Amino acid sequence: MTYEQALDLVKTSLTRIVPDADFTALGPTDKFRDRLELDSLDFLQFVETLAELGGCRLDEDDYPRLVTLDGSARLVAERAV
Amino acid sequence: MPWETIVKDTAPRVPPNLADYGREQRWFAWSNARGQLLGLPGGRGLNIAYEAVDRHVDHGHGAAVALRCVGRDERVTSVTYADLARRTARFANVLRALGVGRGDRVFTLLGRGPELFTVVLGTLKNTSVLCPLFPAFGPDPVRQRLRLGDARVLVTTAELYRRKVAPHRAELPGLEHVLVVREGAADLPGTHDCAALLAEVSDEFTIPPTSPEDMALLHFTSGTTATPKGAVHVHEAVVAHHVSAAYALDLHPGDVFWCTADPGWVTGMSYGIIAPLTHGLTVVVDEGDYDARRWYRILAEQRVTVWYTAPTALRMLMRTTPRRGTHDLPRQYDLSALRFIASVGEPLNPEAVVWGQEVLGLPVHDNWWQTETGAIMIANFAACEIRPGSMGRPLPGVTAAVLERGEDGRAKVTSDGHVHVLEEPDTEGELALRPGWPSMFRGYLHDKARYAEAFAGGWYLTGDVVRRDADGWYWFLGRADDVIKSAGHLVGPFEVESALMEHPAVAEAGVIGKPDPVAGTIIKAFVSLHPGHEPGPVLKRELIAFARRRLGPAVAPREITFDQHLPKTRSGKVMRRLLRARELGLPEGDTSTLEGPA
Repeated sequence: MTYEQALDLVKTSLTRIVPDADFTALGPTDKFRDRLELDSLDFLQFVETLAELGGCRLDEDDYPRLVTLDGSARLVAERAV
Repeated sequence: MPWETIVKDTAPRVPPNLADYGREQRWFAWSNARGQLLGLPGGRGLNIAYEAVDRHVDHGHGAAVALRCVGRDERVTSVTYADLARRTARFANVLRALGVGRGDRVFTLLGRGPELFTVVLGTLKNTSVLCPLFPAFGPDPVRQRLRLGDARVLVTTAELYRRKVAPHRAELPGLEHVLVVREGAADLPGTHDCAALLAEVSDEFTIPPTSPEDMALLHFTSGTTATPKGAVHVHEAVVAHHVSAAYALDLHPGDVFWCTADPGWVTGMSYGIIAPLTHGLTVVVDEGDYDARRWYRILAEQRVTVWYTAPTALRMLMRTTPRRGTHDLPRQYDLSALRFIASVGEPLNPEAVVWGQEVLGLPVHDNWWQTETGAIMIANFAACEIRPGSMGRPLPGVTAAVLERGEDGRAKVTSDGHVHVLEEPDTEGELALRPGWPSMFRGYLHDKARYAEAFAGGWYLTGDVVRRDADGWYWFLGRADDVIKSAGHLVGPFEVESALMEHPAVAEAGVIGKPDPVAGTIIKAFVSLHPGHEPGPVLKRELIAFARRRLGPAVAPREITFDQHLPKTRSGKVMRRLLRARELGLPEGDTSTLEGPA
């Protein structure tokens, strides 16, 4: 999967939780959990949605990378086929 | 499937404070318990902040570590009791310099961090009243509580102020002072830089005389039918905080205690701040969000001995490390310091209790209390067997009963004001408590009528439906009203419905709790639309976004269903009970008050 495709999936996953998420105001390396006000249930849902859309496994060890758009997209691009 | 009772070691490494339940129940008296606290020097009364901080300094324990704060970047800073005494004295002096005094309300909208302790305990030293708000509230709940609670002072961060308060500041004329902690105050008109104010004042402060009945804390809680209620607690509550923590959390000298609750809720106040400090312990304060690895790391590296957390958090840990698996993640951490785990916020499912035993080597002790009770009332104790799924037995000093319910689901009160106590084991009824424990709420702010409604026949009515088994263990069955327990937070459906109805498309809304494997319950809204609005995924997303913006993630609905025929009573009220029954596929019960054919 390309980085661009993966980034789309990341944004789609976030939009499922915060439908009006403003990605123009969110830089690729901004921590989105604070900016979009995701609580821990939201974050869990984000990870599960992203894993499902990307068709790849994401677990606890991946969480440190799943904090920014860029980090999440890179991870999914690497892992998803 | 019945779960096996968990039997305890007869000779544990640390002997529990409550060794013999029956004997302690008989022996205990609140009047004696008061003697475990000192009171202000010179017989000037009882002040929570003195018992939590200054007392230890006066007795030569100033060098002991009070707080161990784990930053978001996991850098750890320590605050001693002597530091905390000076910081809180400074904050009390700041309030005094601003002309804020006895009984004035100081609100916090802050995450966990050392500043929170300074503000809370400094406010109490000044005999002002502290009211914590949950940072995950949106602007609407924040504004409403600031207004209902007569906030004179708000302490928050620049970011939270900008997002949640500044847009409505003009509607809060009573809010005289906004103090901003950490950076950013300079760019915000109408605020003070808290650090600058603290630097200008003395670090000595003599706590004024404080009556045990002086108002100390204000905690908002959700009602079924109207605005949130501000439960008033007084300084005497500290007696119950202290004693209940010894009994139900088994706190011992030298313990390192970690309470994961947010300070915006009563647990984060009573047990995240006050109780462990009155015991002179080290409190772990984590500024970060939930993350399984981070949590195990904190438990291991901080050598946490007693851990108080919530069912939702435990269930998230369980997802990562199921019982039937290899338990690789927790095994990587040295959890050998951990001695006792407790949980509160919503009923703990039996599997989570057993998960603790199998995966962490310690069962989880569920306990029960609510905002109004101020302290733990019913608990599973360190020395006692655990019946997984049960909330346990009443603490010494607490008298509980199960009351027969009437048609509205609440305790049945006869015309002469009597209630019927159900003695037969395993009978379902409303849980009631005999008033008289020190942390019982003394009122709902500005709402005598609702306070009076909370009592009948000499009992405080909790609104929770329970049964008591033949041996005295209590089992939670549900709420007697429509209030929703979601991820450990009490959410009032009225507040959510009101917010949704402010959207131009929404005609009416009914909000219920829908069972969820992680959160226990999630907020679900049924919505009917005004003519000219099309139900569909676009509007659904718009409504979810609208509600999140106003209410914040903890209160906003996670699911919305459109329904042009919401069931209503003849008087036109949406019947949440029926929506819930339909959602869960339960019998709909008596629908005779329903409007038209159902």
